[in-house]
Amino acid sequence: MSSKLEYDVIVVGAGPAGLSAAIVLAKAGVKVIVLERGKFPGSKNVMGGVFYSDCMKGIVDEFPGKAPVERHVIEQRMWILDDGSSVGFNHRNELFNKKPYNCHTVFRAKLDRWLAAEAEKAGALIINNTVVRAPLMENGKVIGVKTDRPDGDVFANCVIATDGVNSLFAKAMGLRKKIKQDAVAIAVKEVIGLDEEVINNRFNITGEEGVTIEMTGSYFSGETMAFLYTNKKSVSLGVGMVLKDVIENKINPNDLIEKLKKHPSVAPLIAGGETKEFLAHLIPEGGYKEMPKLVGNGVMIAGDAAMMVDAIHREGSNLAITSGKFAAEAYIEAAKNGDFSEKALLPYVKKLQDSFVLKDLKKYKGVPELLQTNKRLLLKYPKLLNQAAFEMLNVDGVPVKDKEKLIWKTVKKEIGIGNLVKDLFKLWRNMA
Amino acid sequence: MHALVFIKQVPDASQVRVNYETGTLIREGVPAILNPFEAHAVEEAVRLREEYGGKVSVITMGPPQATEALKECLSRGADNAYLLSDRVFAGSDTLATSYALYEGAKKIIELEGEVDLFFAGKQAIDGDTAQTGPGIATRFDMPLVTYLMKLDEVNIDKKEAVATRLTEFGQETLKVPLPAFFTVEETLNELSHAPLPWLIKAAQTEIKMLTGENVNLDREQCGLRHSPTKVKKAFTPEKRQRGETLTGSVEELTQKTSDILVPFLKKEK
Amino acid sequence: MAKVNEITEEEKEALSQYKNIWVFVEQTGGVAHSVSFELLTKARELANKLGCQVGAVSIGKSVSHLAEEAFKYGADKFYYIEEEVFKDYRTEPFRDALTKLVLKYKPEIFLIGATTQGRDLSGTVATELRTGLTADTTKQEIDPETGNLMMTRPTFGGSLMATIICPKNRPQMSTVRPGVFKAIPVEQPKAGEMIKEKTNITEDQIVKKILKKVVSSEGNINLGFYDVIVSGGKGMGNKENFHMIKELADLLGGTWAGSRKAVELGYVPQSRQVGQTGQTVHSKLYIACGISGAIQHLVGMQTSDIIISINTDGEAPIFDVSTYCIVEDAIKFIPKLIAELKEKNLTPVKK
Repeated sequence: MSSKLEYDVIVVGAGPAGLSAAIVLAKAGVKVIVLERGKFPGSKNVMGGVFYSDCMKGIVDEFPGKAPVERHVIEQRMWILDDGSSVGFNHRNELFNKKPYNCHTVFRAKLDRWLAAEAEKAGALIINNTVVRAPLMENGKVIGVKTDRPDGDVFANCVIATDGVNSLFAKAMGLRKKIKQDAVAIAVKEVIGLDEEVINNRFNITGEEGVTIEMTGSYFSGETMAFLYTNKKSVSLGVGMVLKDVIENKINPNDLIEKLKKHPSVAPLIAGGETKEFLAHLIPEGGYKEMPKLVGNGVMIAGDAAMMVDAIHREGSNLAITSGKFAAEAYIEAAKNGDFSEKALLPYVKKLQDSFVLKDLKKYKGVPELLQTNKRLLLKYPKLLNQAAFEMLNVDGVPVKDKEKLIWKTVKKEIGIGNLVKDLFKLWRNMA
Repeated sequence: MHALVFIKQVPDASQVRVNYETGTLIREGVPAILNPFEAHAVEEAVRLREEYGGKVSVITMGPPQATEALKECLSRGADNAYLLSDRVFAGSDTLATSYALYEGAKKIIELEGEVDLFFAGKQAIDGDTAQTGPGIATRFDMPLVTYLMKLDEVNIDKKEAVATRLTEFGQETLKVPLPAFFTVEETLNELSHAPLPWLIKAAQTEIKMLTGENVNLDREQCGLRHSPTKVKKAFTPEKRQRGETLTGSVEELTQKTSDILVPFLKKEK
Repeated sequence: MAKVNEITEEEKEALSQYKNIWVFVEQTGGVAHSVSFELLTKARELANKLGCQVGAVSIGKSVSHLAEEAFKYGADKFYYIEEEVFKDYRTEPFRDALTKLVLKYKPEIFLIGATTQGRDLSGTVATELRTGLTADTTKQEIDPETGNLMMTRPTFGGSLMATIICPKNRPQMSTVRPGVFKAIPVEQPKAGEMIKEKTNITEDQIVKKILKKVVSSEGNINLGFYDVIVSGGKGMGNKENFHMIKELADLLGGTWAGSRKAVELGYVPQSRQVGQTGQTVHSKLYIACGISGAIQHLVGMQTSDIIISINTDGEAPIFDVSTYCIVEDAIKFIPKLIAELKEKNLTPVKK
């Protein structure tokens, strides 16, 4: 086979970002090849996970349709955990029970495979078991990629790099520096099998309704987020800690999840369940400030490879999908003039800036640093909140005013008025 | 040169876990893979094609999911892939399976031309019977070479091959006329990383279907009803328990261990 | 039409034509493979339950001398073919000869050793006879209700056992691995009947020609042939340390092997790898030295009778399947063990 392998666009990585780009491109008649390192799309991907339907507009309409989803979420809980206690906030709304459902719990291995099938239906070529090692460059422009297979050079007008949090491609291109320990979290997840009826009873739901629980707090040492999501016949329980904290506190991620399972607010929900699967993955945590350069001559980066995860709102896959879509649209426009230089692809960045993707990431750009530097936020406040709640709810004959005084005294001691004011101000600045 | 490889998609036996309570296998979540011995068989067939020209066809008898294994064979360089699938095959033991594959192979010969070399893996890692390959060879009445370690020479024009196989005491090299049937050992070759163009061609190659409609099948030889062997029951073996931990000083341990081993000492000459 | 499992009067009549239990006596160069006598012992046991006879059958250039031993282990009759074309084993002539004998004498059960030769031969014979073959069986019993043979075998590398029957086809064929059954001579061996048969097979009819045979002490080795296997893993440290593994194996009349890790590190050739992608062994004694016990290795040896493991890590998974656990450094322990065994090396072992 001596003929060159030539396509219009090469997509690196068949995750949600890459597959969305491929679908939009293929539907527009663009000759696109997707190169995936895993045995099949989704084999290397892990998510909690909650999947938002809105981002599928323009990619696969009438979502979910036949897509493999678990339960549609009607109630979302937020718990702040301390040792032996939790303070929580719930929101349950009948509006979430009206189609089209806003979000579903999913399994990535199934969902990505389905999305890949959609991409193939649209005309994209997906090749698995193939690793993209480096870009092929000519005169400062990306003209293709080098893979790990013999005769494995592939040429294209443009490369869309969507190869995930560990993006080899972004690194090889120098668009991204080495991953910083405080810019990623290591997350581990267990899929725990439970009878459908048991899940319905424990979470107060019926049929295909679902519940999500997000957790954080002083129960963990270090910057940690945990979750518990209901699937049809199992629950996904997971916890992620920023890598820097994992290393500093010498934590074994397996111990993290064991600890989570023991918490008295969590244990009854998973009692009697059988662990079916154990997965782990890295999650981008650095936010806006850690994002690499998004476009170059003949190249665009999207999804986790571009660190597009909004941890505050638990959004990542929808940012990936939306950015993949934008990259595809930018290519289609640039193709009209046959110019794929960085300048010609800048509309990609503009689309991101005008959308919730960069707007949201920018809004919270200070949060990662804030959480890393201000340990009080995740370690002290949750404790105090739990203690205050207990104090107020525990009827023991102590006058309320005295209880309030005690709480205030503890706050002053543990945090200090000055710090309290500073913290509230900083939170407002970075979150509002 | 036309080589035909018989493959099987099997659950990855090393990942299968046992549910000791129900006495069944937990197959959930166990990935299905191409039987490892057949990956080597396909590798050998493709090597021959690269050297002599011609084509490699693969066939499997299985449910629709078996297309995954066929796709893998195409990615490794096979030219044609056939799925022999029909409800009449359900519950087939090795005799009924070798019959079905024999008829399927005859159809491929009709469609793709005469076959010079037939390959199969030495055994499937789920059934471990090693019977299907020899069964097909017998039905074709062609020479059988099991435990193939090396194809020393292949001469398509003269229609003969020299092959080396494993025996109880070492190896033997023999000469057979072609067509001949070979079942292969893993040591036959090393699996290579196929060139990317092969994967692209594979992605664009359709799996061809063989069913009772287009294959000449004698239903009196198919499926559970016509399988001489039947499973009376399946059960999990008793879980092997951890035995005794020998304790003591090194001298004591040496004593205890050698006492256990004395019955095995070789006869003094 | 009869249900799948029902048997008609007609079928019963046809089946009753088949009687007696046959055992294939495998030989190479006139030397019988020990598995043949193990199977004769089992056949005798089954025949006593069924009230029938045991027939030993052997094919080769010169095999009549094997009759005496066959009778010693319980055979009533010794069927044999002695012809030049059968000097060396080849699939096709042996298949045709054996098929002819079975069709003539109609045994109801036929046992063959699951050796390289046996596995090569049995599948072809069973297909010719259009009968059922159950491979690598570890247990053989007679169903008291039906008189059918119940053959149990491991599947999925040993994770699941299956009991198989062959109710409507004859003979009921089985292969059995060497070492599964014990060879026990009968208390009062009788001189049985010797029945010589002939074939019309000539050399020019046989298309397969053997060019050369190599008996190797190294190279590709069939580990299943040995009662004792001493195996080394990553914990052995380097290739040189394997000399003690080989010495221990030699002392015990066995052979040496290694885990996949040891093969990857170059300590052991792939031909001696035990494990899911290597060889599966059911030896009488398996000594694992410096092997941690990954599932892929366990799958290849955990059905061995006695497993002795030596590993510095008390939590190593290999201990979960071991009969005897020794938490020691194999590199230091084995030489001491060898020295002790050499001192003790007196009374010969039963064989």
